[in-house]
Amino acid sequence: MAETTLNDDAGAENAEATAARPTNVLIVGVGGQGVIMVSKVMATLAQRAGFEVKQSEVHGMAKRGGGVFSHVRFGHKVFSPTIPRGEVDVLLALEWAEGLRWLNHLNRSRGTFIADVKRIVPPFACRNRADGAPLGYSRETPKDVLSRVRTGYALNASGMAERLGNPRVANTILLGVLSTALDFPEEEWLAVIEQFVPPKTVEVNLRAFGEGRDWVARHGEVGPDEEVDFSPPAGLETPPRRPRVFIERAWCKSCDICVKMCPERCLELDEAHIARMRAPERCTGCRLCEYLCPDFAIRVLRLPQDASEEEASA
Amino acid sequence: MHKVQTQAPETPGRDDIRPLMGNEAIARGAWEAGVKVASAYPGTPSTEILESLARYPAEEISVEWAVNEKVALDIAIGASFAGVRAFCAMKHVGLNVAADALMSQTYIGAHGGLVITVCDDPGIHSSQNEQDTRLFARLAMVPCLEPSDAQEALEFTRLAFELSEEFDTPVIVRSTTRLSHTRSAVRVGERGSAPRKAFVHDPAKSVMIPSHARARHGRLLEREARLRERFAQAPFARIERGRKDIGVITTSVAYTYVKEVLPEASVLKLGASWPLPEALLKEFAESVERLFVVEELEPVIEDELRKLGLRVEGKVWFPRTGELSPEVVRDGLVAAGVLEPPPAEEEALEIEPLVRPPVLCAGCPHMSTYNALRYLDVRVAGDIGCYTLAAIEPLRAIDTCVSMGSSIANAIGMARAGTAEKPIVATIGDSTFLHAGIPPLIDAVYNDVNITVIILDNSITAMTGGQHHPGTGHGIRGNKTHKVEYEDICRAVGVKWVRTVDPYEYGTLLKTLREAVEYKGVAVVIADRPCVIDPVKITGEPLRIDSASCIACQACMNLGCPALTWSDEWHEGHHKVKIEPSLCIGCTVCAQVCPTASIQPERTE
Repeated sequence: MAETTLNDDAGAENAEATAARPTNVLIVGVGGQGVIMVSKVMATLAQRAGFEVKQSEVHGMAKRGGGVFSHVRFGHKVFSPTIPRGEVDVLLALEWAEGLRWLNHLNRSRGTFIADVKRIVPPFACRNRADGAPLGYSRETPKDVLSRVRTGYALNASGMAERLGNPRVANTILLGVLSTALDFPEEEWLAVIEQFVPPKTVEVNLRAFGEGRDWVARHGEVGPDEEVDFSPPAGLETPPRRPRVFIERAWCKSCDICVKMCPERCLELDEAHIARMRAPERCTGCRLCEYLCPDFAIRVLRLPQDASEEEASA
Repeated sequence: MHKVQTQAPETPGRDDIRPLMGNEAIARGAWEAGVKVASAYPGTPSTEILESLARYPAEEISVEWAVNEKVALDIAIGASFAGVRAFCAMKHVGLNVAADALMSQTYIGAHGGLVITVCDDPGIHSSQNEQDTRLFARLAMVPCLEPSDAQEALEFTRLAFELSEEFDTPVIVRSTTRLSHTRSAVRVGERGSAPRKAFVHDPAKSVMIPSHARARHGRLLEREARLRERFAQAPFARIERGRKDIGVITTSVAYTYVKEVLPEASVLKLGASWPLPEALLKEFAESVERLFVVEELEPVIEDELRKLGLRVEGKVWFPRTGELSPEVVRDGLVAAGVLEPPPAEEEALEIEPLVRPPVLCAGCPHMSTYNALRYLDVRVAGDIGCYTLAAIEPLRAIDTCVSMGSSIANAIGMARAGTAEKPIVATIGDSTFLHAGIPPLIDAVYNDVNITVIILDNSITAMTGGQHHPGTGHGIRGNKTHKVEYEDICRAVGVKWVRTVDPYEYGTLLKTLREAVEYKGVAVVIADRPCVIDPVKITGEPLRIDSASCIACQACMNLGCPALTWSDEWHEGHHKVKIEPSLCIGCTVCAQVCPTASIQPERTE
């Protein structure tokens, strides 16, 4: 299975069309992970093999922890710098959810999906403040995904890199996996990687590349890395509750701290300069007002969703 | 990441082929053309052009960051007056700033070749709009070249200088994000020896007073007519004969999309989108049964064809907004009945994509400033830079963002409107302040307005990848130079209340901002803390969260720091927080806002 070459189902009748069609490798990840570096290795390799190569990416905002993608196309003639949707031959994801984002760009009949199961959780995934709200990260597990692509590999490259003593070589491990899906000699890969990594890390990178290739040999059949626990984090045991803010008016000294510090802007000072809830529906029950009130005038309770007003004020 | 994107051009060999990004190819073309003076203000997607030029020896070419695009163009114009080839680069909205100079210079023309590269951003990857520079070229009546790949980018840039001198005109080379940031193999050449002429004292040509300008205007029309003829010839126009029933006129990267999805069509590929070769357009239109125009953004070519009375289909099938792609062009041709619809997709995988917008970096000094502003409950006029990201969750602290330097004058207007229910604050980055923020600050003092201005001084032009500017004390080649002092500028223009504060000291920051907002008149706060990634990546001992005492209040999460995420543990229905040690730089701002002192240095354990 180490020889998962492209186009092996293309058939003789459209061999000519296959020869004319460029090979499309889409490399995706999160800003700072080295997507551009990986795609430059890919592009350089293809160019050394005599292909016309186009490598296209967008920088700027992407640098700031956003999703990053790089299209690498090579063949005898390449026109568009971007890969048409559904024409991706190999999708290489340096981060799990980014791989999922681009999955529909993969050609379903001939494409290969390679993903590190590393999860980089963005701050946006931690925004829902409602009681019991789950983490806003993709729920799909490698098992779900790999059963739906023709050839797919999900591996814990980041973990393997750490065991090699250098977390930065995760990308090189993934290149090792990628090398089994494309027809370039191993020596060429090694020569190009050597060009791109810092001199002091050549040895560990070459080892990492080998680990990637070995991993494919070991996990030949389509299947996730069984060494990886990839179950989504546990949810809340108790049912979600509704927050309710109680303000002891007599104890409030109009200091304004709760009003200013409420992240959802739920509170205000009334005509008498006493704190009151202005938008209870926005309250997430974070209790920051309660914790910060210097006079213990605020109490936040979590009530059952269906609690009546009487129960609430009891 | 930025460092690996741009490869240093090595000493060239003859007929050397090397992979170059569009921007590097443009720089190479300018260098080969013998450019002597180059200037630019950074702006995505154009930034790498000047950075690439700065890798050529200083004895051959003067390369400098300018304080803004107008200054950059004026410098290039000055060099052209002085008789050498001159170049400047900018993003599309940069040309708005430089437009004043361009509109006059087109009357004057070019003594030494004068080329402006403008990089448009269709699809708005990293900009505030997606205006089409070709309309500017038409307005200014200057030729506009549109390369379709990196090889053409090099060749057209080199040719642009020859056109500029032959036709006595500034020339625009228009790129787009896609071309600028696509790397492909380019055959490079040697640096040519450009003519060095002496300054010519010719006020009727070089001093635009009404009597001179009137005479020059007529010559523009004549120049335009001659350019039309030139642009009918190779390499600016090429007909690729294919099917007789379908003809496509296209230009720029759009050409590659057409070839990708409809390789059998007859194609007229234009290398210049202004002025257009009318005779050739007519000839091609008559040679095909059905004529399409595929162009990104505005229907510049299409409108011209209509004016000639030709039947043409363009924006009816292809969108006027956003970036083109093979898919978009294919969809247009399917809708037009030229292509068969693609076979129905196999069951699409229903995967809800993760929301991952760009965020401020872990430890970014802007986070605490905007967090504090949110607590102060003020109206914030924002500006252009990384910090514009503070407009979205969770900081939600910016109310407006218009264009470079707008914040301060926008704040003046808000104050003058007299409807303010909150104090008015303008926030502006250091590079943006120097670019276009000083005149409105003078205005605010001059007109005695009650606003607060916060200069977010991170000592770099961060958004575009870390470029030096007059406030960093270094030039583009790393050379040491004078460093602008913001306090001095503010005092010099008459600001009485100026404080510098370290945004990592949250308490002092909050107190200073509160005083500034309460001050009647123009108050300036300089939030002084270097960018965490440029020019040097700042690292530090990561902090950790004591999960036992974390009460899941999310006060730290309101900073929007990417090093902070939810852990798998819960406290009363809410997620506790954890710190990703590989991202945390130990700035301690989160520890300062934590009400339970749960965030501590790793070492105390």
